Amino acid sequence: MAKRLDLKDVNIFYGRFHAVDNVTLSVAPRSVTAFIGPSGCGKSTVLRTLNRMHEVIPGARVEGEVLLDGENIYGSSVDPVGVRRTIGMVFQRPNPFPTMSIRDNVVAGLKLQGRKSRKELDEVAERALRGANLWNEVKDRLTKPGGGLSGGQQQRLCIARAIAVQPDVLLMDEPCSALDPISTLAIEDLIAELKTEYTIVIVTHNMQQAARVSDQTAFFNLRATGEPGRLVEIDDTPKMFSNPTQQATEDYISGRFG
Amino acid sequence: MSTSVDLDKSAVEPTFVGISGGRRARNALATGLMTLAFLIALVPLVWVVWTVVSKGLAPVLTGHWWSESLNGLLARQQGGGAYHAIVGTLLQGLVCAVLATPIGIMVAIYLVEYGAGTRLARATTFMVDILTGVPSIVAALFVYAVWISIFGLPRSAFAVSLALVLLMVPVVVRSTEEMLRIVPDDLREAAYALGVPKWKTIVKVVIPTALSGMLTGIVLALARVMGETAPVLILVAYAPFINFDIFQGNMASLPLLMTVERSNPTDAGADRLWGAAITLILIITLFQLLAAFLSKVTAPKTK
Ligand SMILES: Nc1ncnc2c1ncn2[C@@H]1O[C@H](COP(=O)(O)OP(=O)(O)OP(=O)(O)O)[C@@H](O)[C@H]1O
Ligand SMILES: [Mg+2]
Repeated sequence: MAKRLDLKDVNIFYGRFHAVDNVTLSVAPRSVTAFIGPSGCGKSTVLRTLNRMHEVIPGARVEGEVLLDGENIYGSSVDPVGVRRTIGMVFQRPNPFPTMSIRDNVVAGLKLQGRKSRKELDEVAERALRGANLWNEVKDRLTKPGGGLSGGQQQRLCIARAIAVQPDVLLMDEPCSALDPISTLAIEDLIAELKTEYTIVIVTHNMQQAARVSDQTAFFNLRATGEPGRLVEIDDTPKMFSNPTQQATEDYISGRFG
Repeated sequence: MSTSVDLDKSAVEPTFVGISGGRRARNALATGLMTLAFLIALVPLVWVVWTVVSKGLAPVLTGHWWSESLNGLLARQQGGGAYHAIVGTLLQGLVCAVLATPIGIMVAIYLVEYGAGTRLARATTFMVDILTGVPSIVAALFVYAVWISIFGLPRSAFAVSLALVLLMVPVVVRSTEEMLRIVPDDLREAAYALGVPKWKTIVKVVIPTALSGMLTGIVLALARVMGETAPVLILVAYAPFINFDIFQGNMASLPLLMTVERSNPTDAGADRLWGAAITLILIITLFQLLAAFLSKVTAPKTK
């Protein structure tokens, strides 16, 4: 069940350091939103606040509200573990569990949450691997370690692992930055398919990729080094790439900045 | 005026030139020094092994060495074996491992996963450092003071195990800590992002990833404390017979057998002394092989 996300006046801190200033934006269900912007402007930081992964870092904290279908995930009675179950995440570097087989990696979420029989898990593994376009490549070696796959395959394994727990929202932090163009295309196709079921937020440094996969694009920037990052503008992707309202966006997208 | 031209010389200087004579000489000198240091370090090692083997091999090659005690034998009487001492060493080591391993692992998990940066963690690390340097005689006297003087309990193999625990825990904490620290945070985050609670992440992801190194550390720590002599001298009395009761009575162990037989001037005494030495070295070697094997079996695989 895809859900909508709304950020209201979100300020993000690493200890004393104010990393991101006052972000307000909305993400519609069953859509892809791309975060773009120069390095260090806080894209990953914002993404990690969306499933409460930010607070894993000692001293890190968030102010403001992040609403999932109207419910504040930072509410005082909300369990962050439950939030992460509902909002999945794929990281920049593929990180399969080294001690687990390919199959166990895929079902790790369900297994570690402690539910489901063997047979159900097998079914889930197959469904998730098909969903991540990896099934044909690994179906004969499901019991082999996940670390033995290529980088692109490992990343798709991580996507399979994230969708196996059937989250409502999927967050992806530069999922293709370590991949070749063919694996990248495979993952972009996958995102287009996953969009029918999930709400997706993706961070990317690749403008063409943002233009290809996303419905709306958010541009983040820094006013100056040491200042917090901020959201410059967010709009439908075609409009952002053809006719942005802010000069800074136009400069960044066309490669003129600094 | 004509200048002579060397026709064999290439027009451009080559980019790469051969190794200069000075560097060759320095290289040879350094290599020679290191080889020499290696040989010097090797001399006592080979000497010890040779002495122990030449003096102790004969008694351990008899069948009864591994299956009989010294019960009822006179000091000068040949025969009998070290079974009672082997049992004692293994029992005391096992009890020590059973107590020290969970404590050490849990302390290390606290330090790495929960306590990072807190005052309690810093204090714990400091105390672990101090404990690592405590001599075994101090650990033994401490247990004597608490267990025997204050609680009034009898000297026993269990008291020995307690002293060994004091010596083993800091080593286990240290090695486990190192192993947990090298587990990449990426894996912890991957598990959290799947909605796995922290304790389950530690049990199912972090520990399995670090298991291979943790096991090696534990077995090596155990092998080290099994040869300790001060605790057995102070906390239990020697017995020439077999005793399986760790809470009561006297119990032999290999280091204790060796110190007892040292005051036995007969040939039988020398045989027992050196036989026990070989046996102890063998047992510790076996533990080290076991550690290597366990670490290989449990290491994460990629194929
Ligand atoms: N763990 C951390 N502790 C302290 N500061 C951090 C931490 N992680 C990131 N920051 C700071 O927060 C700011 C935003 O970082 P973030 O990783 O969100 O940038 P980004 O937009 O994702 O950059 P990139 O495109 O290079 O990935 C940077 O100034 C960074 O130095
Ligand atoms: Mg980033």
